[in-house]
Amino acid sequence: MEQLKTIGRELAMGSQGGAWAGQSKEFLDLVKSIGEARSKAEEDRIILREIESLRRRIAEPDVPRRRMKDYIIRLVYAEMLGHDASFGYIHAVKMTHDDSLPLKRTGYLAVTLFLNDDHDLIILIINTIQKDLRSDNYLVVCAALTAACKLINEETIPAVLPQVVDLLAHPKETVRKKAVMTLHRFYQRSPASVSHLISNFRKRLCDSDPGVMGATLCPLFDLITEDVNSYKDLVASFASILKQVAERKLPKTYDYHQMPAPFIQIKLLKILALLGSGDKQASGQVYNVLSDLFRKCETSSNIGNAVLYECICCVSSIYPNVKLMDAAIEATSKFLKSDSHNLKYMGIDALGRLIKINPDIAEEHQLAVIDCLEDPDDTLKRKTFELLYKMTKSSNVEVIVERMIDYLISIDDNHYKADIASRCVELAEQFAPSNQWFIQTMNKVFEHAGDLVNSRVAHNLMRLIAEGFGEDDEGADSQLRSSAVDSYLRILGEPKLPSLFLQVICWVLGEYGTADGKYTAAYIIGKLCDVTEAHLCNDTVKAYAISAIMKICAFEIAAGRKVEMLPECQSFLDELSASHSTDLQQRAYELQALLCLDSQAAGNVMPLDASCEDVEIDKDLSFLINFVQQSIEKGANPYLPESERLGMSGVSNFSSPYQQEASSHSLRFEAYELPKPSSIPVIPQPFISTSTTDLVLVPDTTYYRENNQASKLIVGPEASSADAGIKLRLDGVQKKWGKPTYSSSSSITTSVEKTTNGVVAHQDGIRSHSRDTTYDSRRQQPEVSVEKQRLAASLFGASASKTEKKATMAQKAPKGNSTNAEKSSVVRSVSPGTSKDKTAPPPDLLDFGEPVPTSAPTIDPFKELEGLIEPASALGPLYNTVKTGGDKAQDLMALHMDTPPSVSRTSLSLASEGTYSTDKSSYTEKPMIAVKKGPNLQDALHKDATARQVGVTPTGNNPNLFRDLLG
Amino acid sequence: MIRAVIVMNTQGKPRLLKFYEFQPPEKQKELMRSVLAVLSGRPDNVSNFVEADAIFGPGTRLVYKHLATLYFIFVFDNSENELAMLDLIQVFVETMDRCFKNVCELDIVFNFNKMHAIVDEIIFGGQVLETSSEQVMKAVEEIARLEKSSNSISFVPKAVSGRFGR
Repeated sequence: MEQLKTIGRELAMGSQGGAWAGQSKEFLDLVKSIGEARSKAEEDRIILREIESLRRRIAEPDVPRRRMKDYIIRLVYAEMLGHDASFGYIHAVKMTHDDSLPLKRTGYLAVTLFLNDDHDLIILIINTIQKDLRSDNYLVVCAALTAACKLINEETIPAVLPQVVDLLAHPKETVRKKAVMTLHRFYQRSPASVSHLISNFRKRLCDSDPGVMGATLCPLFDLITEDVNSYKDLVASFASILKQVAERKLPKTYDYHQMPAPFIQIKLLKILALLGSGDKQASGQVYNVLSDLFRKCETSSNIGNAVLYECICCVSSIYPNVKLMDAAIEATSKFLKSDSHNLKYMGIDALGRLIKINPDIAEEHQLAVIDCLEDPDDTLKRKTFELLYKMTKSSNVEVIVERMIDYLISIDDNHYKADIASRCVELAEQFAPSNQWFIQTMNKVFEHAGDLVNSRVAHNLMRLIAEGFGEDDEGADSQLRSSAVDSYLRILGEPKLPSLFLQVICWVLGEYGTADGKYTAAYIIGKLCDVTEAHLCNDTVKAYAISAIMKICAFEIAAGRKVEMLPECQSFLDELSASHSTDLQQRAYELQALLCLDSQAAGNVMPLDASCEDVEIDKDLSFLINFVQQSIEKGANPYLPESERLGMSGVSNFSSPYQQEASSHSLRFEAYELPKPSSIPVIPQPFISTSTTDLVLVPDTTYYRENNQASKLIVGPEASSADAGIKLRLDGVQKKWGKPTYSSSSSITTSVEKTTNGVVAHQDGIRSHSRDTTYDSRRQQPEVSVEKQRLAASLFGASASKTEKKATMAQKAPKGNSTNAEKSSVVRSVSPGTSKDKTAPPPDLLDFGEPVPTSAPTIDPFKELEGLIEPASALGPLYNTVKTGGDKAQDLMALHMDTPPSVSRTSLSLASEGTYSTDKSSYTEKPMIAVKKGPNLQDALHKDATARQVGVTPTGNNPNLFRDLLG
Repeated sequence: MIRAVIVMNTQGKPRLLKFYEFQPPEKQKELMRSVLAVLSGRPDNVSNFVEADAIFGPGTRLVYKHLATLYFIFVFDNSENELAMLDLIQVFVETMDRCFKNVCELDIVFNFNKMHAIVDEIIFGGQVLETSSEQVMKAVEEIARLEKSSNSISFVPKAVSGRFGR
């Protein structure tokens, strides 16, 4: 129907004829007949006929130039429809030589569409381009620049470069603009050839025409992406340009939908995001203009939102600032609440960026996120999965991965399937709550996206099954294995399985199929033979299968039982021994040989469950010593080490490259050095690796432990640091495969359990209580289905329970930190370092103290100390004692202000239990502060807790109250 | 940067193709097909963005607009902003509308060289050049005017043009 309408209109228009002056009647006819074509085949026939006639006519001598232009246009059209028109390229090239502007432009258009930048014909155009770049007519120059952009490659850049550079000073601004962009293009093609001209970009930034300035931003963006540091000096200029643009200092013509030059704003924001990333000083110059933009951006227009989104990206990239973060969070929530799918998409993306800085904000938008997850829009769904991927932790991994797998099954786009499968695998490997779950998940992934998964994953899975829990719990291990065997035997019933999965199945069945005695050897062998028959499998699977059979036979023989050959197994064996693959043949013959061995030998060849045993390698080749001795006695040359051999020529030279290669790739056996405290980006790591692994998310407990261990720290920071450093890797492993912690809750429970026994039960009670309250608050929101809530709780619940738990810990009194302190520490705490550096810190220059946006959600415990003090003092007369304590503490801090480069950094190292002991002298004093502060704080918390039991309960559930209280 | 500008109708017939990284005709055809497959599978009232790394390589996205019988598609990488690109399509469409007074698919078919001129004034070498449809119109009109005048002057006899014919 649609097509008919189009044709109808085409016919009607076609009859008007003259409406399209420049084109010939024949071209109209061509378009018309293609429009009328009823099938693809018919269309192809018409085009081929057209191409034939063009081929004939274009080669005629003395074609009038106007006619030639028409031919060329028809060729372009034919090629757009996907047909080869290469015979006409040369004519298009000739047309660029023409003096008449329309013909020249048509010629350039055709060559830019036809030719690749390394096409042979380019050489014929270069001269024309050179000439045209010097033309008086700016349109000719523009056409030449467009062509240069597309056609000039690395080799030919020098030929036109001088002319293009000259054009940077052209009186017409469009030409200057295009010249800048052409240079940018050259830079993209080959950075080296224009490296001496990069200063030009900086110069053009000050061009009198804002358009040219805007054009300069594109190459600068690329340059800054490559090398941030050499452009730091421009931060101030960029910020001031952005400010001017936002304040509508540009001519009205640059407005777009009432926004002043939005594209320039966007580029500037992108550039500033790059420059400010991880750079506190540079970021400081941007804060003001950003907050201006947040205020000014109108959210009614599309482009306004584009700028707003770019602001959010910038905020999430630069050194964090509380006020800006709040603005960004607000803008994001507006996006998420919008009805437009486009804005929701942007919102999800923005949220993904912001949670890197503060993971807790996702919680607020849980329902919006879940809506997006169930949206019919595929793009939005994928973006949401990306977000979920970013916010996965051990508490919600099960839900998220389950969702991902459901989605994996539902789509059939292989590219994305592979993508999401690899994400599932990654998450499962990182956060698996139990091995059982891991194996089940992997099975599902393999089943549905098997051949798209990296084979490394399969090997990991096999290793996991083989190694089990990595503890001395043989019972659990064998249970795991037999459950794996069970599930694989069941899965084998499925009609079609990917080959990688079959390999895993074969290996596991071979290794553990008969281990628990549930299945007989004959049964398993039968199944393995079925595998090779039922599934059209490749040689690798066959090799896995025959090896598995061999293992089972060996186990049987070693156990003294007799192995009788099943007929299907025998035929399989025969097939393989006649196989084209030598590998398969060898395996088949090995099996046959094995069957003749006695039990002792078979047991030695294939020991039971020995896949994890290390194969001992005698590196000294001691068993050859006798042989070498004899040879030397017989007159052979003794072995010379490589270093002595290097001077020689001939044979030794011949072999040396190999040896050098070997030496450069050799394994490194000594441990890596401990991280230095001066490198900030590494700092979060010790949190992960502190001896009790699970402290990661719980700054409160860190603080508590710190108080307890403060004295210890002074005594032996060195020892503990070394300890932590070595443990680093082990802990990571432990965490991956370790025993499941208390299922739903995050790691906190365990850590508490470890430190204070007997608290857990009590905690649980309170936790359920606070969960009730959150449920209440949620119920107030109308029309939210129970199911969604449940999903939300499982996705985000962990973080909710985290804050709740913080509250409970505070109620539990002196040990923990309280939520209000937590909240206010974010809002109120000024890093002492900054406050000293800048004599009058503007209120919006607060920082989070964490310079690295990618860091784990660690909160500087030092600031929390402060946070503990500050809100208390704000709470008024009730906390008089606290106030003095707080003041004292601050005085103490002031005393030490000048020692370390930045106090916040020191406190970080404190938190990591003195991991950075290298610079002991400046740090040793710190724990003493903590000790001195200790009692005061505990007092304060006692009072705080009693106050709460009496009246207000300032948990995380009513933050408003707190904001009111704290101002 | 912007990788490609594509205009095609709902049956997948290309109306305007401009790739800022060269693609041979067969490859273009294949890209068309996969883009159409993705777009035709999308319901109305969903977002205008599609992640296109399966089609155009890693990190690429496309923004499209469905108007009457046509899809307007911009393909770009992560140095651009989706919403801004959507507005750039708007600029493009607005300009055409000014140019042809109520633009329809047929105008685009017959005047695709003019369309190229318009796109060249908006996007240059993969970067955004101009976002005001008024300015673009001015540039395009000036080109047309100069073309006309140069046409009338240089009505050159066949003999001269024949120089190139040989």
